[in-house]
Amino acid sequence: MVRSRALRRLLRDPLVFIGSFVLIAWLIVALLAPVIAPYDPLKLDIRNKFIPPSFSSGHLMGTDNLGRDVFSRVIYGSRISLMMGFLVVTVSTVVGVIVGVIGGFFGGAIDDIIMRIAEIFMGIPTFFLLMVVVVALGPGIMNALIAMIFVWWPPYARLARGQVLGVKSLAYVEAARALGIPTWRILTHHVLRNIFSPIVAQMTMDLGYVILAATSLSFLGLGAQRPTPEWGLMVSSGRDYIEYAWWVSTFPGLAIASVVLGFNLFGDALGQMLNREG
Amino acid sequence: MMKYVIRRVLLLIPTLLGVTVLTFVLGHLIPADPARLALGIAAPETQVIRYREEHGLNDPVHIQYFRYMGRLFHGDFGVSLTSRRPVADDIRDYWPATVELVLVAFAIAFPIGITLGIWAAIKRNTVIDHVSRVISILGVSVPVFWLAIVFLILFYVRIPLYPGIGRITPSVALEFPFAHRTGLYLIDTLLAGRWSAFASVFSHLFLPAICLALSPIARLTRITRASVLSVLGDDYVRVARAKGLRERVVIGKHVLRNAMTPVLTISGLIVGYALAGSVLVETIFSWPGLGTYAFKAATGSDFPAIMGVAILTTAVFMIVNLLTDLSYAFADPRVVLD
Repeated sequence: MVRSRALRRLLRDPLVFIGSFVLIAWLIVALLAPVIAPYDPLKLDIRNKFIPPSFSSGHLMGTDNLGRDVFSRVIYGSRISLMMGFLVVTVSTVVGVIVGVIGGFFGGAIDDIIMRIAEIFMGIPTFFLLMVVVVALGPGIMNALIAMIFVWWPPYARLARGQVLGVKSLAYVEAARALGIPTWRILTHHVLRNIFSPIVAQMTMDLGYVILAATSLSFLGLGAQRPTPEWGLMVSSGRDYIEYAWWVSTFPGLAIASVVLGFNLFGDALGQMLNREG
Repeated sequence: MMKYVIRRVLLLIPTLLGVTVLTFVLGHLIPADPARLALGIAAPETQVIRYREEHGLNDPVHIQYFRYMGRLFHGDFGVSLTSRRPVADDIRDYWPATVELVLVAFAIAFPIGITLGIWAAIKRNTVIDHVSRVISILGVSVPVFWLAIVFLILFYVRIPLYPGIGRITPSVALEFPFAHRTGLYLIDTLLAGRWSAFASVFSHLFLPAICLALSPIARLTRITRASVLSVLGDDYVRVARAKGLRERVVIGKHVLRNAMTPVLTISGLIVGYALAGSVLVETIFSWPGLGTYAFKAATGSDFPAIMGVAILTTAVFMIVNLLTDLSYAFADPRVVLD
């Protein structure tokens, strides 16, 4: 699907290269967290609280108010944020694409109902819908996940529907139908395959935004709960100590920014490339 | 034109109704008993039963929904569980602070974003273009809640430029009282001629407004650049240049006018982002606006309050989108309304 020549040209852009590099680095960090992290991210050590970042102390990013190693917590935090991003985007895409393809392919009343519902969801500013759902379900990491899926599926439904409408009347789909191939086979073999590219580009961009939303929720106390080493939560707990321990909030926030930046740089370029190809 | 406006306004109704159904259904998903939440854990069982009776909590769901809708039409969003006051009154008290913050953020963001976008497009592939690209990607990647904290570390802890949380320094407000006519303190202090109070309000407002402006700056830069670039390739621009018009006239008269319409269309989106950002920014700077109110409501499981804020922001969001679509049609005669 993605041609290697196009990919190589893409990587020649320094910003895209940086983005890909950052993403791959974070993926490795998340996978190898137990190997890389020098300390247990949950281990308390009150006597060593607020140690400033330095090589000599063994705490690269210092320690927080409970003496936990900020570096180890940032490392482990990558697992939570990346996992949440992938989970929300994947499930939203699956739900959205199924719903959108059904609507676009069959049309009529089903399509109308589905699109009206999607419109209502999209009519509410995302973050407020997110807060309403989290308040309804109660705070917590699982509920934040459910809330984000709840909020993120409609754009995929709309995207998939639009693509299906474009593909539906193409000659080869009609030919397949004329040959008597069952509907579900036409959908999986001919339609889904063709709507793949724009959806992948959208997913890459959304990964960054989902991670931003997830950390924002945790920052407000609506997502992950203490003592989880979650980036948004860590930024939030460092708030009370900014006057003498700047590092507690600063490093987890830098981690969020770099991951989101990676996804944005990469998704942006991927979208442009797929646009040119399609 | 009139027909189009009327139809668009009518089309808002089913969506808004849908939003109320959605929020109502969500409200009934709450695991906690609303009567318990309102009365507290210590309240005796008889009182809880009476509360359920009085508030119709035993009625079928659709009856409750219609009762809820009836109240909404009268501007009654219910009673906040945390402040114990009508949500509508709370919103009325809180929203001017948010309006002031968002307006100042826009006053920063629009000129900077649009200028940067135009400049980047004209100087395509130069250092300026690259810088603008980095800004526009950083602006949507950096979490605003973290930026706010970094700003506090830099401009409050290290270099004390920012005087502290809130809208005005309390001692200044006491010394130079002013009438809260508009609720926008910048204007109120000016109307009262209280220069010291105005300075204090301004110094409190500046840092949160810059935080809130960052993401709009990024989005505006990006769309302006793309839009100007696409117009620069149009035939009439080539003609204007071929006629020997000076570059400044070509850009100022021919390009900018036509390039601004796509910028208009994302204004609705930007208002949505700014309102969301205000929740985070206001919480950090203890700014007494709707964002802080929404935060308190969300963390306090105060469903009537969070629902009130959500319905209000949805209405604002929809109206802004409608207005941008209409102004789009006015600005660009090629747009066909139907």
